[in-house]
Amino acid sequence: MSEFHVKRKDLTTVSIIYLNGYLDAHTAPDFEKALQELVDQERVNIVVNLSELTYISSAGLGVFMGFIENIRDKGGDIKLAEPTEKVYRVFDLLGFPVLYEVFKKEEEAINKYQTS
Amino acid sequence: MAKKEKNYHLKIPSRTDDLEVIRDFVASVAKKVGFDGDEVNKIELAVDEACTNVIEHAYQYDVKKNIDIAIKIDYNRFTVVVTDRGKGFNMQDVELPDMKSYLAEIRVGGLGIYLMKQLMDEVDYHSEPGVKNEVRMVKYFLKDGKKKGKSNKK
Repeated sequence: MSEFHVKRKDLTTVSIIYLNGYLDAHTAPDFEKALQELVDQERVNIVVNLSELTYISSAGLGVFMGFIENIRDKGGDIKLAEPTEKVYRVFDLLGFPVLYEVFKKEEEAINKYQTS
Repeated sequence: MAKKEKNYHLKIPSRTDDLEVIRDFVASVAKKVGFDGDEVNKIELAVDEACTNVIEHAYQYDVKKNIDIAIKIDYNRFTVVVTDRGKGFNMQDVELPDMKSYLAEIRVGGLGIYLMKQLMDEVDYHSEPGVKNEVRMVKYFLKDGKKKGKSNKK
């Protein structure tokens, strides 16, 4: 059985969340908790690294949607980095690339905060 | 390509913890009958969405209930029927999100049915109030044996 893990790394002004495994209705609450912690700590410049995310359903997509407005209101953003082709296709199907910036490399997403 | 009729069946508790088992079941059958990786991914996600709807809405997280997943392979199609005996809803009444306004308004939730319709060639819903609800999803094989790419049916 594959599992789901959320890891977090804090840089000076940017926090990175690493998603590993599958993100569905069962595991979405773990991701939600990680984002809520960042918001509570006022760390709203967020990069979500998707390189190890093997699967996403609408329950996982809903977490991104549930937080983005609040995070942008606070002057932050959620930027996506390194999605696999499989996961990117699902994002694309729902038009997420219009709403979220997607980067091939994590460093590019981090740099975007530092240059903007 | 004519395929001999085959039936597969999974009866499983209504728990999000078992969504992975459901996906593995559906994906292994889809792979076995020859769908390519992309189509297997689509079928797997569509069935996950249907079952997540059952767990959350029809059974409202009651783990004592069961979900039935039946797969039927016949000459030109792969049909998955997800059946529950919980609270029904009329799929026609569920407003599909208009993607432009959805993106503008950043609405949360309600994406499952939209995704199912994008991912499968046919999706329909049948409810017998108090008896059962069924979501039926179809993915067609091409006649020459190759599998379809993205459907044009909406």
